[in-house]
Amino acid sequence: MAANFAKAGNQLYTGERAYPFIQRSNLWFILAAVLILASIAVPFFRGGFNLGIEFTGGSEFTVSQSENTDIAVGQDAVEEVSGQEATVTNVAPGTVRVQTEELSDTETLEVAEALQEGYGVSAEQVSSTFIGPVWGEQISEQMLLGLIIFVVLVALYMAFYFRTWTMSIAAMLGLGFVVIVTVGIYAATGFEVTPSAIIGFLTILSYALYDTMVVFDKIRENVDGLRSQLDQTFTERVNLAVNQTLVRSINTSVVGILPVGSILFIGSLLLGAGTLRDISLSLFVGIIVGTLATIFIQAPLYARMRRNDAEIKSHTTEVLTLREQRGVHAVTSSGMALDAAGQPTVFPPLPEPEPEVEMEDDDEYQVIIQAPHEH
Amino acid sequence: MATRTPAAHARGVLIGLLVLLLGMGGLLAFAVQDGRAQWAPLLALDLEGGTQMVLSPQVDGDAEIDEEQLQQAVEVIRQRVDGSGVTEAEITTQGGENVVVGLPGTPDAETRELIQASADMEFRPVLRVEQDMAFMEELLAEDEDLSEEEAEALEEQLGATEDEEQARPEDFEEPTAEPENGSDPNWITPEVAADFANFECSSEISLDDRAESSPDEPLVSCDPESGMKYLLGPVAVPGTNIEDSSFGMEQSGAGQSTGRWAVTINFDAEGTEAFSDTTTRLLGLEAPRNQFAIMLDGQVISAPTTQAAIVDGRPQITGDFSEDEARGLSEQLRYGSLPISFEIESEQQISATLGEEQLRLGLLAGIIGLVLVAGYALFQYRTLGLVTIVSLVVAGVMTWWAIALLGWSDGYRLSLAGIAGLIVSIGLTADSFIVYFERIKDELREGRSLPGAVEAGWSRARRTILASKAVNVIAAVVLYLVAVGNVRGFAFTLGLTAVIDVILVFLFTHPLMQLIARRKFFAAGKKFSGLSEKELGVDVLYRGSGRFARRGPSSTTETASQGAPAPALAGSSASSLPSSPLRPSARTPEHAREDRIQEVPEISESEWAQMTIAERRRARASAARQQDTDETEEER
Repeated sequence: MAANFAKAGNQLYTGERAYPFIQRSNLWFILAAVLILASIAVPFFRGGFNLGIEFTGGSEFTVSQSENTDIAVGQDAVEEVSGQEATVTNVAPGTVRVQTEELSDTETLEVAEALQEGYGVSAEQVSSTFIGPVWGEQISEQMLLGLIIFVVLVALYMAFYFRTWTMSIAAMLGLGFVVIVTVGIYAATGFEVTPSAIIGFLTILSYALYDTMVVFDKIRENVDGLRSQLDQTFTERVNLAVNQTLVRSINTSVVGILPVGSILFIGSLLLGAGTLRDISLSLFVGIIVGTLATIFIQAPLYARMRRNDAEIKSHTTEVLTLREQRGVHAVTSSGMALDAAGQPTVFPPLPEPEPEVEMEDDDEYQVIIQAPHEH
Repeated sequence: MATRTPAAHARGVLIGLLVLLLGMGGLLAFAVQDGRAQWAPLLALDLEGGTQMVLSPQVDGDAEIDEEQLQQAVEVIRQRVDGSGVTEAEITTQGGENVVVGLPGTPDAETRELIQASADMEFRPVLRVEQDMAFMEELLAEDEDLSEEEAEALEEQLGATEDEEQARPEDFEEPTAEPENGSDPNWITPEVAADFANFECSSEISLDDRAESSPDEPLVSCDPESGMKYLLGPVAVPGTNIEDSSFGMEQSGAGQSTGRWAVTINFDAEGTEAFSDTTTRLLGLEAPRNQFAIMLDGQVISAPTTQAAIVDGRPQITGDFSEDEARGLSEQLRYGSLPISFEIESEQQISATLGEEQLRLGLLAGIIGLVLVAGYALFQYRTLGLVTIVSLVVAGVMTWWAIALLGWSDGYRLSLAGIAGLIVSIGLTADSFIVYFERIKDELREGRSLPGAVEAGWSRARRTILASKAVNVIAAVVLYLVAVGNVRGFAFTLGLTAVIDVILVFLFTHPLMQLIARRKFFAAGKKFSGLSEKELGVDVLYRGSGRFARRGPSSTTETASQGAPAPALAGSSASSLPSSPLRPSARTPEHAREDRIQEVPEISESEWAQMTIAERRRARASAARQQDTDETEEER
């Protein structure tokens, strides 16, 4: 299969095999819009997110390595000490989590003791967490601040690196999609939103943009020499770039997801809720959404933003006119000519030289070619 | 460099990396030998077990707290926690807004309250001063750092005062009237006298001491630095009346520096008036009643003697300060203007059992992740996958040592979130190799020989890797700077591994590929090399061309004679004469053109742009011949 994969990679590279990522952008954008609307609507219908106690405030106890995981024991322990009702869940084998409203310091210690007795475990096996009601708010504020700083910095960086705002803007719009959809998935599935999950979100942003950088770098390379050839249109060259990096995109997301998946697996199965599970869950969702966004949103967005540039438009018209004259009636979406049987073939020679093309003695003709780097 | 072949260059770089690694290991080994570091990274509380509290500062009114005041508050908390006998407490500020306290074990209610309480600064007139003998002896016994001379001097001083009788309650006169002002000896009731006589100086602060310090009552306290105990009158000026404080060199009347450090206090209007009254009164009194004590947190931090009535609210304290002492006092005074108490925002008690379990499972997750990535790399890249695996292993060793070294130099502790960051970074690190390998494949598809593809692929992959890693580093730095809670550990490992990844790709993976490219197994594209022509579809690509040699064990050099100009270059974009039916001219010209421009010596880009196709062909051909001659020489 790896061989097929490599062969496919080769065909994708030449443009012989091509998926119309850019050409079908209307479809992707409609799908994206639907997903975005759903992601915004779902939290309304579900009554918001399943916020962890970091956001609501409260106390949490974790009894680990206990033989007894009876939920009633935990409820009784809390009831006895504070008269409150507690949410007790068996989060993993041998691990019980008890969540209550905010308890005072002394009550926290008392509940911890009652849990030790109830479950017959040592003090070593009971962990407690107390979180004030504004803690989560503060984390959210800091994270929002971090998000804004990061987006601004990276937008500037990308604009500087690619020497164009178009790519930067396309990347950021795509990032918005990643954030909204990942958050939407969280709302829809009812996964708990904790500070660790929020760390995960921020990491996703980094990952998604990292992935975009790699693909955009290839697009830049393909588009840089656009005007020096008359075989392919701008759209086809962008599409070729996405197809050429497709194998890398797949390999990267698989390699990214494997370790994250193993944390997720171990975290949720053996540890229950906690830092590991929360970070890895948001990353797991985000890596998939981020990779898809680069291919289906960010690259098509860039192509759409640029394709009406006067220069590109005239080039496209020229290419299409020439195709008529050269008798090429079918191309793959990455711009490889197809013969009548639909088999990949060579572009026939360009028609008779244009006026600016001069004959030369030891060669057919000479073309004034643009400098390879136009920007 | 120009005279060295890539292979020799690669060997040099690899040796450089080896030196770097050995240097790190050696440094760590040295520190471990010294007993100051350990091979394994230090663990944070969530893995080691313990309590972590995040405290947010609370201030009366709408006053703002600046970073410096927060830092000072941390200093106060540290003194209190150390004073209460808890060792290995970690107290840090976070994001300029919070204070994070990490303690081993579970703190008792008293420690908890001590940590939260606000520190009070106040100025009180001195009624009586005395050296606390017991404290001095204890100090002498405990302080191992004292040099012999210092110890002797202290003992001498101790001997001299030992004979003098310590104050007894009955030495004090009974109050004869209501005290008139803060310096009035009538404050000394028999109870206060008894307190003073029985008071034992200690560096520990207990809550009781603090509770007793009512501003309107006399107070017995001590300077834990000097072991002097003080009997003090009621508060003359509270610390809240301080507007600012600074320190600098003392200036004489003529504006010349006296070479002594001085700390200046700026009082607000109320403080100016109160301080003016106090100093006017104190100036006429005999020692020690002409002193006033500056108290922080119930302890005397300085007790200057009044040398003039200060009516402008800008007293200057001089003495035998070092610069650090002057700065310290000045900072404490500034802090005094804003007593900060703390509210516990979150508190986490992690049992050692849970921490251990999380560490074990976290590491297990990491190993599983690593194995899966290694397996996938082998599956996708065959033998070449080994390069990924070895690179990951070297990256792992380097990261491990870097974290252990940071634990030694900066007290960095690995948290569970940090471990998550490390595991996540396996995928991100492996991606640099993927980008590079895919580039090499692309170059092979362009018809280059493997050594050529390794170089050309590198010059392109390098740019992409650096550009995209920068995004990771920006994210890690931003996360680290704004982070609250355990986010920092995560951000830190993400950033660290991104940097290490870049180092490795440059110093390890690339040179390794340069060397590998010269091995027959890879250069010939053997079946499991990951670069086999069949898998790459290269032979399909080349079919029908006939104009250049197939890549093979011995063909790398043949390309020169047969293959210059390279296929892509044979057809210009204008003539569109492709080298192969499956090689659309449209795809290749500018790739090739860009490449070749780099390889054609002594032709600038602008010159190139002006050349005719024929001239370009000639230039390329000569360059290709040149290049392949070079390669042939290298092979030998």
